[in-house]
Amino acid sequence: MIYLDNAATTKTAPEVVEAMLPYFSEFYGNPSSIYEIAGKSKEAITKAREQIAQVIGARPEEIYFTAGGTEADNWALAATYEAYASKGNHIITTKIEHHAILHTCEYLEKQRGARVTYVDVDENGIVKLDDLQKAITPETILISVMTANNEIGTIQPVEEIGRIAKEHNILFHTDAVQAFGQIPLNVDECHIDMLSSSGHKINGPKGIGFLYIRKGVKIRSFIHGGAQERKRRAGTENVPGIVGYGAAAKMAVDTMKERTAKEAELRDHLIHRILTEIPHSRLNGDPVKRLPNNCNISFEFIEGESLLIMLDMKGIAASSGSACTSGSLDPSHVLLAIGLPHEIAHGSLRLTLSAETTREDIDYTVDQIKEIVARLRSMSPLYEDFLKKQEKIR
Amino acid sequence: MYSDKVMDHFQNPRNVGEIENASGVGTVGNAKCGDIMRMYLDIDDNGIIQDCKFKTFGCGAAVATSSMATELVKGKTIQQALEVTNKAVMDALDGLPPVKVHCSLLAEEAIHAALWDYAEKHGIKIEGLEKPKSDISEEEVEEEY
Repeated sequence: MIYLDNAATTKTAPEVVEAMLPYFSEFYGNPSSIYEIAGKSKEAITKAREQIAQVIGARPEEIYFTAGGTEADNWALAATYEAYASKGNHIITTKIEHHAILHTCEYLEKQRGARVTYVDVDENGIVKLDDLQKAITPETILISVMTANNEIGTIQPVEEIGRIAKEHNILFHTDAVQAFGQIPLNVDECHIDMLSSSGHKINGPKGIGFLYIRKGVKIRSFIHGGAQERKRRAGTENVPGIVGYGAAAKMAVDTMKERTAKEAELRDHLIHRILTEIPHSRLNGDPVKRLPNNCNISFEFIEGESLLIMLDMKGIAASSGSACTSGSLDPSHVLLAIGLPHEIAHGSLRLTLSAETTREDIDYTVDQIKEIVARLRSMSPLYEDFLKKQEKIR
Repeated sequence: MYSDKVMDHFQNPRNVGEIENASGVGTVGNAKCGDIMRMYLDIDDNGIIQDCKFKTFGCGAAVATSSMATELVKGKTIQQALEVTNKAVMDALDGLPPVKVHCSLLAEEAIHAALWDYAEKHGIKIEGLEKPKSDISEEEVEEEY
């Protein structure tokens, strides 16, 4: 199998699994307990917290482990809304956020009386800073903009956004689930107050994430219970998960430069071959301000799910901009936000590389895509109409 | 996610293509929901469907239901073709995931749209056939390019 869906999840690295294993059946103590093996768990958590904090230039005590990126996003938004209610009820975010942000915003709007502004992005998916500035009101308590988009890989100007937020004394949260460990990121340089991340996107385990909360941000617990995570996130710690996440974060940062340079080179080769060899295809997202492993392409006249099934039959695992497979018939909100018409948004393909992806994988994939796209177009009434129109013009 | 029959009809769709000077052509669906089906019918003087072809823009289920629908109407009379319901198409494919049921409705509508076109072209009325609701006009398609 050629796995090109690393934005969905990644293979847990063997080194990560190895680091985790002792914490299942050897050092299984509850970190809150007093005896020796519990101490081992506690130490392991401390180490992982340091490894993770280092990646983003944070202090270890500012890292709060959660069950994943989604919980971190929910927590950041809902708890900020509650804690800063006396200041205002307005949140600014963008149209291309992950559903963990968008659906939490919808909940806050519908159930809790929040006012949310969803700022537009340009045709490459970059948030319009002027619009963001204009959206600020005295009631604005939070700006939440993702560091990099999960579908089209566009990297946002978080440093500028952080500066704008700071100037207006507004908290800044960023969903860095796709960016953490993939691009350099520093919470101080970017004036980030809260940051969400997830372990399984960087060859760590699933079911573990964290929310970075800058010292001084007064949000409270979202999950109530014991005194874990400095009384801010109750529940016995996922010790193996945390250990694995720490190991994965260290690997990600140690290998970042070399790994992402290689990925970006292959990504550009992939994009170049598709755009030059397959007519009526277009790259979605910014060609430069782009995650090193992301390629998102629309093929006119065909639909994404058909393409995915045929790629799967050729041993290629990819995903589509089309949400068809996920139970919703609407095309991707991200692709619509960058201005694609519905039928083109439906015909999109996301290929996300890993350190293990080879040039041979990419070349085989492009060869297969070429054949499949041609085959699907030969079946497409939209392509038939297009060809007839071309004939008429001639 | 899909039955073996659906996968078979998706991988090896029957009757893909166009019929030149077809007796009736119907296009249904829209780009917004992500499925567009076009059905071509060749109907002889005795009202028998001699040939049926399709083109579909859509997911695996949309391709499979179109393919199965062409098989079910081929060789049938107009009245028999009218009785090919979405349920008949689904049953013949050993079922569809709930989220894909609309594809089978589209297949039924595509047959109806093609028959409607045939009836209009020949100035006849087909008993029990109502004007299909989701026929998309050429202009709409062009607008969205």
